[in-house]
Amino acid sequence: MNNPRLQGVIKQILLQAFLLAVTAAVIFPILWMVSIAIDPRNIDKPLDLTLIPPGASFESFRAVLFDNNPLMCSNPGDTSTCMTFGKLLLNSLYVAGGTALFSVILGATAAYAFSRFRFIGRQAGMLAFIALLMLPATATVTPLYVLLGQVKLGDEVLRSTLIGLAIAYTSGALPFAIWNLKGYFDTVPQELEEAALIDGASVTQAFFRIILPLSLPALAVTVLLGFMTGWTEFVLAWLFLDDPTKFTLAMALRSMQGQFTTPWSTFFAMALLMSIPPVLLFFALQRYIVSGLTVGGVKG
Amino acid sequence: MDVPVPLPTPSPTARRKRVTESVRAWLYILPAGLLMLVITMFPQLYQMWMAFTDYRLANLRFNIFNSETWEKFAPPIVWFDNFVKVLTSDLAIENYDFVRLLKFNVTWTMANVFFHVILGVVIALALNNKVLFGRKFYRAVFVLPWAIPGLIIAFTWRNMFDRRFGAINQIISRINTAFGTAFPTDNRWLDATEPPGGGGPGIVLSLVVILPLLIMVLNSLYKARMPFLLKLLPVPIIAWVVAEMFKMIVISPMAFWAVLIANIWLGWPFMTVIATGALQSIPEELYEAARMDGATGWQQLVNITLPLLRPAMLPAIMVGTIWTFNNFNVIFFITQGGPFGRTELLVTQAYKLVFTQRLYGVAAAFSIVVFFVLLIITLLQNRVTRATEAYYE
Repeated sequence: MNNPRLQGVIKQILLQAFLLAVTAAVIFPILWMVSIAIDPRNIDKPLDLTLIPPGASFESFRAVLFDNNPLMCSNPGDTSTCMTFGKLLLNSLYVAGGTALFSVILGATAAYAFSRFRFIGRQAGMLAFIALLMLPATATVTPLYVLLGQVKLGDEVLRSTLIGLAIAYTSGALPFAIWNLKGYFDTVPQELEEAALIDGASVTQAFFRIILPLSLPALAVTVLLGFMTGWTEFVLAWLFLDDPTKFTLAMALRSMQGQFTTPWSTFFAMALLMSIPPVLLFFALQRYIVSGLTVGGVKG
Repeated sequence: MDVPVPLPTPSPTARRKRVTESVRAWLYILPAGLLMLVITMFPQLYQMWMAFTDYRLANLRFNIFNSETWEKFAPPIVWFDNFVKVLTSDLAIENYDFVRLLKFNVTWTMANVFFHVILGVVIALALNNKVLFGRKFYRAVFVLPWAIPGLIIAFTWRNMFDRRFGAINQIISRINTAFGTAFPTDNRWLDATEPPGGGGPGIVLSLVVILPLLIMVLNSLYKARMPFLLKLLPVPIIAWVVAEMFKMIVISPMAFWAVLIANIWLGWPFMTVIATGALQSIPEELYEAARMDGATGWQQLVNITLPLLRPAMLPAIMVGTIWTFNNFNVIFFITQGGPFGRTELLVTQAYKLVFTQRLYGVAAAFSIVVFFVLLIITLLQNRVTRATEAYYE
């Protein structure tokens, strides 16, 4: 046992065994979804633990991607007015992207003030934002509905537009975004800005040229969380949107979970397709996530 | 949150500078602040007003911006009626019991966060090992539970916990064939009302979760700077909470175990990410020095790694607690609060008050009560973790 090489091998085997077990636990539900999605029998569960059921095909994926969605039509009698996957996807991207954009812009400017300025009302402001993290918003949907119904955007009310939805989601994502960004900004050495200020830069320039580029990880996390909120939320969306041409993927998925029957194969095919964009975004931003989630002062 | 630097005695110019700085700071906060003020604060204040009224379906036509609706649709003020009804469970709603909801919600949160942190840290430690092959692969796979939208995961777990041909029962049956065991393969995961295994697993689980937490709480109490007699005061309360949590876990139906498993699956990657970040920031020299002094791997873990992980994990635990406490998707889509409301959380109950019962005034009062519960928990948690923090500084 005193042979260091042998010890290394044993350690490696133990680590791999442990991590492979975790991997199996992580992958299993995903494979279960795949197995149902490619099952042509359209049953709610595979009858056996086999990944590839008899007669497997990608028919359900094709149906989800290219057929009109019969549950979301402007005119239920006319299938050509129904939503397609592409349109739902665009709406989802619009809402999720809007939420991500708003929360990163508004979050970063507010967090910068809390991190860098010592000003009147700073602590009260910070506390107010944290308290908002804890306030359940369930019963606020009623006033929010009325409120967003007051603002006209062109000839539509803000409530029933995708942008109104993105604004509502942003207000939910902001408290954590500000808290997290402030924690990260605190770790950027103040001397860098001071040097820039001495060289004649304005505070705004210092913010854009020094703080923001150095805070990419935390900004990436804010974008990610904002995107996820907009991508998956459907309670407000159901309540606020009236026009089926504005419906999102999350709403489509929820609507397939019918009271009596669920089209299982297409349901899970859609669930898998809907998971792809956030997973891709996670992979793209992965190198930032670890350092970007400081959660309000991990680095002290 | 750090404390602002105390101001030196202000001279007139210094004061003017401070005011201009304040104005500039508030200009930066303005966009976010305005949005929060309009989109969050206004509805929250409105909700507070609703909580004191008997706001129902008919009052939905009431529009604060349109004076014509005021007289006709304004809800009657009932003062604290809603709060009393919420707290004393005096509502004509099936299975509504505020005290049980609260106990279950606290127990659910503690059990989940406990496993998230333990698993998260252990997996981060394994991933951080220098000899490990395939780190990139594991890192990529391990973000999946976090990256896949929560409602999809919840639908999938609901499907897997099904009684007939559900994945979990099928796996148990495979295990039985492979090892000759005889675990039940016909488990009614989501609607059985009795605890699994006659309560035995519940006792084990509650010991695993509660004992370490109890030790932490007692430890922080012991270290707190206050007279000894004062320290004795919270002891009966702690004993009561522990007893209630113990009871809650032991009598919880199988559905509690199902949602616990699903939510553990969902929640650990966040903690792993935080722990990884903290592990990477521990300077390698500390370990080198320890090795030169002849410290074993275990000693290095206990004396260097874990103490330096603490400051990073504490805020993550706070956020994780709030998120888990208000975690809507898992319960709502897997058990719908069933069987008989035994896995209902405060948030799912609030949702039902709004969207099923349409008791808007009651729901508003309920939300405010939930806020105060969460506030107390956060303050207590802050207290416990702060008290132990000083120990390492």
